[in-house]
Amino acid sequence: MDRSLLSGNEAVARGAYEAGARFGAGYPGTPSTEILEEFSRYPGVYAEWSPNEKVALEVGIGAALAGARVLVTMKHVGVNVAADPLFTVSYTGTNGALVIVTADDPSLHSSQNEQDNRHYARSAKIPMLEPSDSAEAKAFVKAAFEISERFDTPVFLRMTTRVSHSKSVVTLNEPVPPPEAEVKAPDPRKYVMVPAMARLRRLEVERRMGELRAFSETFPENRMEINDTDVGIITAGMPYNYTKDVFPDYSYLKLGMVYPLPAGLIREFARRVKKLYVVEELDPFLEEQIRALGIEVTGKELFPFTNEFDPGIIALALTGRDAETIAPPAVAIPPRPPNLCPGCPHRGLFYVLGRMKVFVTGDIGCYTLSFMKPLSGLHSCICMGASIGMAHGMSKAAGEKGRGKVVGVIGDSTFVHSGITPLLDMAYNKGEAVIVICDNRTTAMTGMQEHPATGFTLQGEKTKELDLAALARTLGIDSVRTIDPYDIKNTREVLREELARPGSSVVISRRACVLFKRRPREVLKPLRVDVNKCTGCRNCLALGCPPISWRSFQDLPPEEVVRNTKKQDGNAYIDPELCTGCTLCRQVCKAGAIVEVD
Amino acid sequence: MAERKKKNSGQELQQPVRGILMAGVGGQGILRASDILSHAFMASGLDVKKSEVHGMAQRGGCVTSHVRYGAKVYSPIDRRGNVDILLAFERLEALRYLDYLKRDAKVVINDLALNPPAVNLGEMAYPKDILSFFTATFPEVKIVKAFELARQAGNARAENTVLLGTLSRWLDIEIPVWERVIKEAFPPQAAEVNLRAFHLGREA
Ligand code: SF4
Ligand code: SF4
Repeated sequence: MDRSLLSGNEAVARGAYEAGARFGAGYPGTPSTEILEEFSRYPGVYAEWSPNEKVALEVGIGAALAGARVLVTMKHVGVNVAADPLFTVSYTGTNGALVIVTADDPSLHSSQNEQDNRHYARSAKIPMLEPSDSAEAKAFVKAAFEISERFDTPVFLRMTTRVSHSKSVVTLNEPVPPPEAEVKAPDPRKYVMVPAMARLRRLEVERRMGELRAFSETFPENRMEINDTDVGIITAGMPYNYTKDVFPDYSYLKLGMVYPLPAGLIREFARRVKKLYVVEELDPFLEEQIRALGIEVTGKELFPFTNEFDPGIIALALTGRDAETIAPPAVAIPPRPPNLCPGCPHRGLFYVLGRMKVFVTGDIGCYTLSFMKPLSGLHSCICMGASIGMAHGMSKAAGEKGRGKVVGVIGDSTFVHSGITPLLDMAYNKGEAVIVICDNRTTAMTGMQEHPATGFTLQGEKTKELDLAALARTLGIDSVRTIDPYDIKNTREVLREELARPGSSVVISRRACVLFKRRPREVLKPLRVDVNKCTGCRNCLALGCPPISWRSFQDLPPEEVVRNTKKQDGNAYIDPELCTGCTLCRQVCKAGAIVEVD
Repeated sequence: MAERKKKNSGQELQQPVRGILMAGVGGQGILRASDILSHAFMASGLDVKKSEVHGMAQRGGCVTSHVRYGAKVYSPIDRRGNVDILLAFERLEALRYLDYLKRDAKVVINDLALNPPAVNLGEMAYPKDILSFFTATFPEVKIVKAFELARQAGNARAENTVLLGTLSRWLDIEIPVWERVIKEAFPPQAAEVNLRAFHLGREA
């Protein structure tokens, strides 16, 4: 069979395909995004980006009820959005098969929190598998489909960033044929969760948990590796690899199923080793349950609660010895935080907002980066869609004093995800905040995914395109205007007018993401600084655009120093390789020193 | 992509796990380079795992990729003090990950400085003497002007393949294997440029 080098995400997609799944739904979110993109490319697959994770799960539940094998994908915080249907589909069961991928993000590489979604398995009473590399990711997703069908339950597959985005060798297998989906005669006792029926299903859930506990004792992916019995390690997922890397000779109980736990197997393992450790990232999820069995273990006394591990962290925790490293030279290393790209349309908008005396409630997207210096144009970020509700709440609470002082900013994809209901709330309850939708025509941060306002589907077909302005008007917003964020003057004027106006406003700041490839962007000439005009005022640096740098006269050879004002101590420089020619810097340069490259 | 299993020589089965760390800045083609390298190890009959983090890190921030290979690899990322070879796509990024390196690590550094925002804004200085620090600290250091060689090969963006070429001198991967995985990684025209870039880097 073919061996391939696959990422964990690619392996999940492959595994679902091999398992006969042909139906997928999800919402993009790092580190889960590539699963559905990859899955959508297999023959015969229907896969959709839903507007948000709750809708994706509901679509998945429906497809499973029709008998399909269904893959639903989301990042960890997406499960919060989908939690409502999640807790009750556990009662109804799935008929077909329903596998929900939760991609957790220890270390918050690209997230607003570090929640440990294993707790969802326990509280929603849904079994959860956790692979440690790509080969396991493929095998476990197949096992998840079997468990789902056999026990009539949704099944979680928990990925973490490191498993999702690492590549390792996978052997490919032939796919099994998918089941036929059909709309069957309704069974209200199973699917209509009114109290009388939900109470009965509640009993069924407990019975099923009992069966799953028994199953976990013999599930082959819960496996013991008995070596040196002085030390036994209970672990799962990526931490298994980290621990094996530094302590290959210890004994291991490697749990492929992290909920429910195999109590008998854990007891047996504990009997066979002298000293028992639990190695797990984030919360003491396994540890507390193992303690509750009356077994003595060492875990979070030694291991951190926060951030992902690596082999060094495990070596340090278990031996107390830190790695030997080379002493660095005595220099400060300038950080290199992520930044908005050269020519990013968000830059013009946030340059203007950062210079207004307003509180900007922000949201989730590339533009969240505008909180940083020098733009400093965004002042909060909580979750998808929070900007609008927060702006409305803040301006209501501040009453007269808040008038003209609050702006909510949200991206186009985020707006569709969960900005529509709070905007409706603001219109309905007579709010007065100004809401800016940064419409860059795509879901940029996760890598250009389609959404209902782009007019294209996940599988690249043309479809109905949501009209954001018409929607805002329909919801009852008093004033709806569109601006081009490449035009600083107009952007400032429109925002000022809308802040001064009584009633609710939506401003659509529209300009496609510079990295967006589907619609070819007009190619603009890069700009340069005319050293004979530059006064060294540093206005252009306030844009924080990567091509623009400061050349201090101290560091320049004397023949290159051109002084146009007495106090000038340097001039600006634009890297022509990076500049996209968006003209923002030309607009803020009062000396007219920024001109087109000849 | 699909590689047939190659015969494992007994020696390879014994091979302990070794680690390469690539470090640079978003947009320099690091992920592509580490993909090519990993395929080359796989095609040489070894186990391989590689890891990087996508997402916010791509927006002009630091990008690193670990590639670990041997008879059987568990962890896709290395621990501090344990990396065998550093392939730095930029000078400052070489320094940033110094604590990952073994005392006798081999080092390739692209002779390129990309200013981070604090330097652009004149708030911090770009550290001087990074190259001399590395040559004084490590037994084997290769400094490559990858940009120039890439341009010579026909495309300045082939910097990453130039650096792979330089790295290849220290690895037991046969040239035909390299050529095959590079060809597979690019459309035909770009493949030719990248093959040239690889060989220029190898001779550098
Ligand atoms: S024109 Fe100015 S602001 Fe726009 S990309 Fe070029 S340097 Fe940056
Ligand atoms: S804004 Fe104009 S005058 Fe001021 S530093 Fe920049 S290029 Fe020079």
